[in-house]
Amino acid sequence: MSEVPPPPHRRRAHTSTRDLERYAGLFAARTGVMRSSAMRDLMAVTARPEVISLAGGLPDTSTFPPQSFAAQMTRIAQESAAEALQYGPTEGFEETKDCIVEVMGAEGMLVDPHDVIVTTGGQQAIDLVCKTLVDPGDVVICEAPTYPGAVPVFCSYQADVVQVECDGDGMRVDELEQLLERLRREGRRPKFIYSVPSFQNPAGVTMSLERRQRLVELARLHELLVVEDNPYGLLRYEGEPLPPLYQLDGGDFVVYIGTFSKILSPGIRLGWAVAPPPVMEKIVLGKQAADLCTSTLTQYFVREYFAEGRWRQYVADLVEIYRGRRDTMIAALHEHFPAAASWTEPQGGLFIWATLPEYIDSGDLLAKALRADVAFVPGQAAYIDERGRNSMRLNFSGVTDAEIREGIRRIGVVVAEQVELFEALTGADGAGRGREVEGGGPAAAAGGGAEQNVVPFRKTGGAGG
Amino acid sequence: MKVAVLKGGRSLERNVSLRSGARVEDALERLGHEIVALDVGADLVKRLVADAPDVAFVAMHGVGGEDGTVQELLEILGIPFTGPGAAACARCMDKSLAKHAISEAGLPTPDWFAFNSTAFRELGAADALGRLEQSLGFPLVVKPSRGGSSLGVRFAAAPGEVPQALVSAFSYDERVLLERFVDGREVAVSVLGETALPIVEAIPAEGDRYDFEARYEIGRTRFVCPAALAEAERAAIEEVAVATYRALGCSGFARIDLILEPGGPQVLEANAIPGLTDTSLLPQAAEAAGMSFEDLVERILDLALRPATA
Repeated sequence: MSEVPPPPHRRRAHTSTRDLERYAGLFAARTGVMRSSAMRDLMAVTARPEVISLAGGLPDTSTFPPQSFAAQMTRIAQESAAEALQYGPTEGFEETKDCIVEVMGAEGMLVDPHDVIVTTGGQQAIDLVCKTLVDPGDVVICEAPTYPGAVPVFCSYQADVVQVECDGDGMRVDELEQLLERLRREGRRPKFIYSVPSFQNPAGVTMSLERRQRLVELARLHELLVVEDNPYGLLRYEGEPLPPLYQLDGGDFVVYIGTFSKILSPGIRLGWAVAPPPVMEKIVLGKQAADLCTSTLTQYFVREYFAEGRWRQYVADLVEIYRGRRDTMIAALHEHFPAAASWTEPQGGLFIWATLPEYIDSGDLLAKALRADVAFVPGQAAYIDERGRNSMRLNFSGVTDAEIREGIRRIGVVVAEQVELFEALTGADGAGRGREVEGGGPAAAAGGGAEQNVVPFRKTGGAGG
Repeated sequence: MKVAVLKGGRSLERNVSLRSGARVEDALERLGHEIVALDVGADLVKRLVADAPDVAFVAMHGVGGEDGTVQELLEILGIPFTGPGAAACARCMDKSLAKHAISEAGLPTPDWFAFNSTAFRELGAADALGRLEQSLGFPLVVKPSRGGSSLGVRFAAAPGEVPQALVSAFSYDERVLLERFVDGREVAVSVLGETALPIVEAIPAEGDRYDFEARYEIGRTRFVCPAALAEAERAAIEEVAVATYRALGCSGFARIDLILEPGGPQVLEANAIPGLTDTSLLPQAAEAAGMSFEDLVERILDLALRPATA
């Protein structure tokens, strides 16, 4: 027994069915779209320690030198304890904004610090943009598949979410054009187009320069905003960098969202938004209402960290590590996934998007995979409709090479079992081979083995489904 | 009294189990019992031996905790526990075994066929699918034989949809059921001791009738307790439910799920350890019978310790 007894905690009284109904009578309409489901319970099992989880979106924070962390925090304690423990300005500190200007500069963007607001992670920036722009029923356009974490935000503002297909060059801007025309005819004005143009989460694809240019042109033409979410831009493992939409547009019709999560730490919850001044004014009011200001302490940490001048080297180190893990995962996919599967080969970022034959539901597959102690994100999470059921998101940044190889091997085994079963059920004899001849075979024979499995997006379904 | 609450485990329903367990612990504390909370894992036996509880409250759902595995261990250790015994749990968990027992007892359950994956992989069972589909008719329901909640349960409206539904169902178990679809009102009867509690009816929202996931989402399915039923209907449902409970060898408690067809009730399945969360059906039914959650937990403990007086 310790000297100080633990504080008594109060156990909440039981909620009876009547209580539940009483609470339910108080719920806002928007909670109706916040769903909890059996599938969510299933995802909870992925947290078991013995599970190799390719389901996370985690950067590898074990690569950050602890002594550097200790030195910076000590310096803050010694030199600015009182300030670091105090409230700060809603927009964020000027010094934090200087760091942000530096990060954006590294991708070729010139930005006025007055247009920047520091947020609690990039996630809050998405929330604040919606808070500023979306009334219930307003159309929000995003990619198909889209960042799974954005879907609940759009839904909580009761947006009418319309998704535009992606292919290997990112969002199908031609489809977007048709969609905008259709919406115009129907008298529905979309508020913004949400896009992750570089190394997209979850698809891993990057929007081509041509499409980037056309996208910002369309925004100008239709006088609507593009919300560019760019958490991974600096994590490029090969190929030439492409200009962010913000740079192409100059910031008139693009709201830019950035984050320190993937280049430094997600635990510090530090992100930002850049928006034209009238939009920024409203975002600041929204931020004030939400949480007054972003953590002062972590802003001080970033300031100290950037003052050391080694942040670009750290990003370069991460790029080296993640490139190796991406290559390991691609090699493992070639080795362990059936011929009928395909996947993206991202030039950067954290994710590979794999697509299985139509008859495999990746949600059900996850249940089977969990028995083999491996997890991924079922593709359905990236769609607001029923699409994506045969796809999965695989993360390679937060796991070791050995875990990647073993994890992909295990998924490969359960997929193979499903393929074999389906073939037995439908009498398709050696369908894997048959498909190879019809589809990827010639490409493979021509030495395009890598390409045969790339970019597995469905072409059907149309914009918005 | 020293009560071990067994919860969690490795099943796909781990999350629900943790919620059930937490709520039970809370009630036990209010009742003045000493609690040993156990998230079931490799050290279960060691901990049970070390803690030597007077009784174990099994708040586990799905494979491992609801299928007789944990119950078998408790029987070996001589620790009294709540809910049905190992054999009854094993029967309830496996829908195919349960349906055999139910129909052998002369109780109504929709026609079905059960297969394991070997039958398809090695014995060419696919060639029998046509005949079987003809016998059951469409739509039919494909479900994993063992598995709780809605996971892996699919409707097939036409023969072309059967293979994919089978692949989904086989993701959860080595054995699956193809079952005649029964159209009617969905009712659940919680049996406590040997007594039926008030019947709960699940009314899915319009458009969600064929979406099994909807049943587990607040707002997409409405639960009414006691269900609005004619006296004869209520009596028929209760009689079939209690007879099913007995046929499966249940003790303590269980929940029997049925469909009320125009011709009478049909038993779909029995849940040996129904959920005990805020939104679960057993606590709702107990409440409708005038029992608080504490009353329910106390009664369940009584039944575990004094099964003869049940």
